[in-house]
Amino acid sequence: MTAVEPPVHLQYTVEHEWLDSGSPATVGITSVAADALGDIVYLELPTVGDEVTAGAVIGEVESTKSVSELFSPVSGTVVEVNQAAVDDPSVVNSDPYGAGWLLRVDVTETGTLLSAEEYAGLNPA
Amino acid sequence: MTDATITQDRRSPLHDEHVALGATLTSFAGWQMPLRYTSDLAEHTAVRTAAGLFDLSHMAEIVVTGPDAGAFLDGALVGHASAIRLLGAKYTMICAPDGGVIDDLVVYHLAPERYLVVANASNHDPVLAALQERAAGLDVVVDDQSAATALVAVQGPRALEIVLAAGIELADDEVTALKYYACLPFTFAGRPALLARTGYTGEDGFEFYVAADDAPVLWRRLLEVGAPLGLVPAGLSARDSLRLEAGMPLYGNELDRTTTPHDAGLGRVVALGKTGADGLPVPFVGREALEARAAAEPTRVLVGLQGLGRRAARHGYPVLAGPDQVVGTVTSGAPSPTLGHPIAMAYVHPSVAAEGTQLDVDVRGRPEPVRVVALPFYRRPR
Repeated sequence: MTAVEPPVHLQYTVEHEWLDSGSPATVGITSVAADALGDIVYLELPTVGDEVTAGAVIGEVESTKSVSELFSPVSGTVVEVNQAAVDDPSVVNSDPYGAGWLLRVDVTETGTLLSAEEYAGLNPA
Repeated sequence: MTDATITQDRRSPLHDEHVALGATLTSFAGWQMPLRYTSDLAEHTAVRTAAGLFDLSHMAEIVVTGPDAGAFLDGALVGHASAIRLLGAKYTMICAPDGGVIDDLVVYHLAPERYLVVANASNHDPVLAALQERAAGLDVVVDDQSAATALVAVQGPRALEIVLAAGIELADDEVTALKYYACLPFTFAGRPALLARTGYTGEDGFEFYVAADDAPVLWRRLLEVGAPLGLVPAGLSARDSLRLEAGMPLYGNELDRTTTPHDAGLGRVVALGKTGADGLPVPFVGREALEARAAAEPTRVLVGLQGLGRRAARHGYPVLAGPDQVVGTVTSGAPSPTLGHPIAMAYVHPSVAAEGTQLDVDVRGRPEPVRVVALPFYRRPR
């Protein structure tokens, strides 16, 4: 499987999260991460109302093969969690930048983020 | 993702096939091998419901020939190799003098003075060195055929149909009558080859040992005839989850130099009763240590753990009988695709090894409840 190009309208962390900076902002993991993990079978996400901190671990993404920690790209309050992805985590593999989004956050502060070009530079296809 | 070390790795004779199939390659035991082609779950499920095609060309094939071949292996391995019937196979181990496992092996008895020893890729060098050392003074040739040999496995309930459809130079009734843990020499592309009914997935299946140069032709033929029957190429990731469900030990996880066969619940492979032509017990490397181990109370037991939550235990995680009370260590763990819950194997203290015992595994700082269950987790319907 070849990772799809990171969408240019998103921002990225070195730990393979993406951020769609709206209000609220949407967070997911990249196709690079989803492909490396293999079939994702379990998501552990924060709950609505949780305060998250940029750069801190806020959950886990588990596949048959391995497990990866989920880092928050931003600080703020979780306002929505993608229950459809929790119920069927395979959507994170099939559509990581779309239906496989993970959570929405009311952002108070942004962490260190990369452009699509910078992220692609660190993760050549 | 790219990996700088991958370019140092050896390539299978099927490397181009894997690339053409779009495989995700991984560095494994010094080889660049397919991790998956499409999806771990799809490949795993195909093996349980139809069939999977595996490239195992990284494994080590060592041919032992000569008048002393049987007696040599009886002294070098813990099993009774000379008692393997002609064209039979046996799961066995090679141990160090202290009883520690150097590797687990499958030995095929090919001809009266000829055996094939198959070892794990990661243990190619230590197994070959131990066999060569133990052959000193005997009329036997230890011939490393690993580089010249490819190993292709078809595993799954439809494996027999697929092998029959492949049109190899064996009569259909010979293939059908081949028993589990037995083998048949045949000719493939004009060269000697071996068909064995063995495998490592918990399913019925066949393994083809062919000349490395012939592997791509065999691979493509099996895929062509097998695809309509549900055969898919399957990678190392599916292989690991399949063997774990089947409760099969993996060297480096359940077995290593600090582990005896008895620790792993495999004391039965140690043939303490094997006798030679003179009727006397056969000395073999590790015998004294393993006799003592067999007579002693175990200090740890390999058990199966069923995860009661959703987070899977993984290799190296502590097993707990209460807060901060470590009673063991997980050797392998994963979410079971077939069973739908996490499973793991672990070494635990004998006091907590009984089936039904409730324990916890420390999954990255949080206790996850597990229950001790019988191995294997999965047994194929017959």
